[in-house]
Amino acid sequence: MKAFIAILALAAPLAFAAEDSVRLDHAPIDPRDVASLQAGARSFVNYCMNCHSAGMMRYQKLLDLGLSEQQVKDNLIFTGDKIGELMNVGMTRKDAREWFGTPPPDLSVIARVRGADWLYTYLRSYYRDPESPTGWNNMVFERVVMPHVLWTLSGQQVQVERKFRNRDQAEAAGRLQRSAWKIDVLTPDQAGKDGERYILKTIGTATPGSLSQIDYDILVRDLVNFMTWMAEPNQLVRKQIGYAVILVLLVLLVLSYLLYKEFWKDVH
Amino acid sequence: MAAAEKQPVTGAGPLNGLLTWVDQRFPLVSTWKEHMSEYYAPKNFNFWYYFGSLALFVLVIQIVTGIFLTMNYKPDAAQAFASVEYIMREVPWGWWIRYMHSTGASFFFICVYLHMFRGMLYGSYRKPRELLWVFGMLIFLCLMAEAFFGYLLPWGQMSYWGAQVIVNLFDAIPIIGPDLAIWIRGDYVVSDATLNRFFAYHVIAVPLALLALVGAHLLALHEVGSSNPDGVEIGKKKDPKTGIPLDGVAMHPYYTVKDTFGVMVFLLVFSIVVFFAPEMGGYFLEHNNFIPADPLKTPQHIAPVWYFTPYYSILRAVTEEFMWVLAAGVIGMAGLIIWSVERAAIKVAVAAAALVLLGGFYALDPKVWGVALMGLSTMIFFLLPWLDRSPVKSIRYKGPITKAALALFVIAFIVLGYLGTETVTEGRTLAAQIGTAVYFLFFFLMPWYSRIDPCLPEPERVTSK
Repeated sequence: MKAFIAILALAAPLAFAAEDSVRLDHAPIDPRDVASLQAGARSFVNYCMNCHSAGMMRYQKLLDLGLSEQQVKDNLIFTGDKIGELMNVGMTRKDAREWFGTPPPDLSVIARVRGADWLYTYLRSYYRDPESPTGWNNMVFERVVMPHVLWTLSGQQVQVERKFRNRDQAEAAGRLQRSAWKIDVLTPDQAGKDGERYILKTIGTATPGSLSQIDYDILVRDLVNFMTWMAEPNQLVRKQIGYAVILVLLVLLVLSYLLYKEFWKDVH
Repeated sequence: MAAAEKQPVTGAGPLNGLLTWVDQRFPLVSTWKEHMSEYYAPKNFNFWYYFGSLALFVLVIQIVTGIFLTMNYKPDAAQAFASVEYIMREVPWGWWIRYMHSTGASFFFICVYLHMFRGMLYGSYRKPRELLWVFGMLIFLCLMAEAFFGYLLPWGQMSYWGAQVIVNLFDAIPIIGPDLAIWIRGDYVVSDATLNRFFAYHVIAVPLALLALVGAHLLALHEVGSSNPDGVEIGKKKDPKTGIPLDGVAMHPYYTVKDTFGVMVFLLVFSIVVFFAPEMGGYFLEHNNFIPADPLKTPQHIAPVWYFTPYYSILRAVTEEFMWVLAAGVIGMAGLIIWSVERAAIKVAVAAAALVLLGGFYALDPKVWGVALMGLSTMIFFLLPWLDRSPVKSIRYKGPITKAALALFVIAFIVLGYLGTETVTEGRTLAAQIGTAVYFLFFFLMPWYSRIDPCLPEPERVTSK
């Protein structure tokens, strides 16, 4: 505890600019949209599963997305794996640690850790940063180890800064952005004479990719939809059964109440 | 009683013969009568009296779902996390069993906390129910141990680091601490060895103790009879002919049907959580616990599950500055006791104890006292029967001081609970320190304020319908 306070005290002068966290976009996902889930599965095995495993997930479970066994084998299994096997990758953790410094996390339940909104914003917040080892940085995840795998689709983004005199103006401009944004606040000294203390940080496209921005957003939406489904493949069944259970319990509730009142009517 | 002297069982139709045979060899009818059909409970139980039977109901849910979880769970550091996901994905209905168990853990605490609050509202711990209360408190401690051991089993980051933090608390105990912590873990860090032993405690050791204590709790209850919202003894006014309390109704069928209705309301709420919000926004299942345990990566923010957060807040509230508050509190308490008691021996003993404590405050790290205070905050409920000196039992007839004190205590408990889920800031630490002071003053000053509080006279018999 003491050490913790000491660190805070030391760090305080270094924190010259107060930084808000990034405002997350709302992920427009729908776990009942089977076409979106199938598209997301395709993106997942094509782009994510080169490095990330989904080791709690069996290929077989993809049949729940309305695919046939043959379709899964032909389109979604690139290794020699059988359909009953887990969605693992060939890269060992030891190799991964050597190559990347940290092994890519298993993505089976990552949506339950981060939440759909975070994933959706994160995958749309990469920007070029010459100071980073991979050449990429991320608005949501500072100094992220993973490079921007989808960059041929999204194109290359750069960080854009705009200065404002007050927070309301900066926030209003931020809300108009399609991408993630955050506001850094300078002290009056740092801001200088013009008094523009509020720096709106966003990203803008420098070179376009093979997809339009809207199509890229849709691709990420489908991918996040799939990852959210994969984190709990039984979630739809769970809710459907839930409605039936609640209905039965309501009937039992009324019956048990009537029984209770009947027995107690002679107690005064 | 010899077998031949017992009356044959009647009224069970075709089963009369069988039940007679059993009853002549086992106290079947007499047990049923003593605990169900001829156990008389006050007729004026209100909302708060549902939570005892509901806690028992949750215990059954936890045991039954726990048995099924054990069939597929692997208590092995390399497999535990994946085996829970295996249950969630591939075991038929596994997700349902698991969500009932994880939600049940939180609902167990909700029921037990409300059950304890009921006891505090209506003075259910007062004579002759002191031992009943003590058994209940032992159940509460076992339940906390059970929840703590069980929380390690999914082997997520919060499981791992939560256990690491709590076991490290024992490290703070002077002299034996470090060895004790290693003995609990079975290793120098939380590891496979820890997981294995926590599994053993969670599935057999603590549940056995829990069941035995629940049995003792119920036996003690039926020995002294149930209290009620008026805090008067129904056994004092009996029907002269039958000997049945005038304000009592038979446990069966009256309270069995009423509690069945309570169980249905409970199941409705419980099912809404299980089927529609099993994570409960991260309070019942923490988001970070879906990351497999990694001994090399400490999470930035380690918080226990909500039911432990009030005590965790008290632990974190004890800083170096707070030691002055503690010292002032000890001096004040010692002065108050010395001023109140007659016997010189007690005065000397209290003064000596206060000096020892003050010396300890000076000599030992505040962390040690944080741990001690956290431990005390869970144990202090044991003392309630002896701290409460009010002439009446129920809050209905207690005066404004007791009512205000209880209200402040509830607010402090909730505020501490909230603060325990959050990260530390200067303002929050101050709030937790105020909460901690209120929490303990509620108990420590009770012998005085409960005595001087102007109370209303208790009625002769129970008042409400």
